[in-house]
Amino acid sequence: MHELSIVASLFEILEEKAKEHKAKEISLVRLKVGRLSGVVPEFLQGAFDLYKKDTVAAAAFLEVEEVPLKIKCKKCGVATEAADFVFICSACGSKDLEILEGTELLLEKIEVEV
Amino acid sequence: MQKKELFVQEEILGSNKKIAAEIRQKLEQAGVFVVNFLSSPGSGKTTLLERIAEVFKDRKMAVIEGDIETERDAERIRRKGVPAWQITTGGACHLEAKMVGKLLPQIPETTEFLFIENVGNLVCPASYDLGESLRCVLLSAPEGDDKPKKYPKAFATADCLIITKSDLIPFLPFDLERAGNEALDINPRLRIFVTSALQRRGLAELVRYFIESRVNMIQRLSHA
Repeated sequence: MHELSIVASLFEILEEKAKEHKAKEISLVRLKVGRLSGVVPEFLQGAFDLYKKDTVAAAAFLEVEEVPLKIKCKKCGVATEAADFVFICSACGSKDLEILEGTELLLEKIEVEV
Repeated sequence: MQKKELFVQEEILGSNKKIAAEIRQKLEQAGVFVVNFLSSPGSGKTTLLERIAEVFKDRKMAVIEGDIETERDAERIRRKGVPAWQITTGGACHLEAKMVGKLLPQIPETTEFLFIENVGNLVCPASYDLGESLRCVLLSAPEGDDKPKKYPKAFATADCLIITKSDLIPFLPFDLERAGNEALDINPRLRIFVTSALQRRGLAELVRYFIESRVNMIQRLSHA
């Protein structure tokens, strides 16, 4: 349950961006949350709604795009989704893999009223 | 009012990551090898640190203890003659890099190994880089051999897995091979150690791994 801490970090960035762009309010916040980010999107939503009161994003809507865990084999080059967190290439059995996406915890975009 | 779309593309935990990178650079340059211990509550992190302190003897180690409340763990470590600092988070379920950063001025310059015992929790601490050189996840036999896939982030981000309380395995439906294989499915480069603090087993191998990893760190820095 560290989603509230994460939302606190998110709001630090939001306040900073609002100031930088002289925004009167933030109306939309869009996040990308990877399957292996260690964060539960539902909890993030709850924490966001709790935290947003009396901030520049008080009326903001939160959109969370969940990103599946994608891995690529360094040997045969095949990219697959590691749905069950198994880091073994389903094509050639190699364990030499790189993560393409699915670990991110990203503030992708915001919509502001200026 | 006018609507404006801003493509921010910023990591939410970017500021923690930045502080962690600064801590790592500073400590590694000073020859301090930092180990972050992650596990559920009661899996034996503090007891393992007590044993490591006994095996290390003259090696200069220091410990940062993370807990929600109480100084108890730091006191246990100090009784072994090892400098220890307690961070009480007052409710937070994990340590963050800035909490470690605040303690840096107090870490003795001669320190070779700094162990950070995270708050007992197999979920949240996995998301926070503390500036460690090595991340260890502990799994005690009584917790069960099915934990790696239930808590994939902790196992996926660790460098080494330490099975603790292995002396209890004969009394439990714990399959050591299954636990190891499940962890290796998630993280094929994971090093696995099997320990019993009570019977003082597996400690020499683990300590040797820490010492070798520190030597590798120093060599890597001298080549850089």
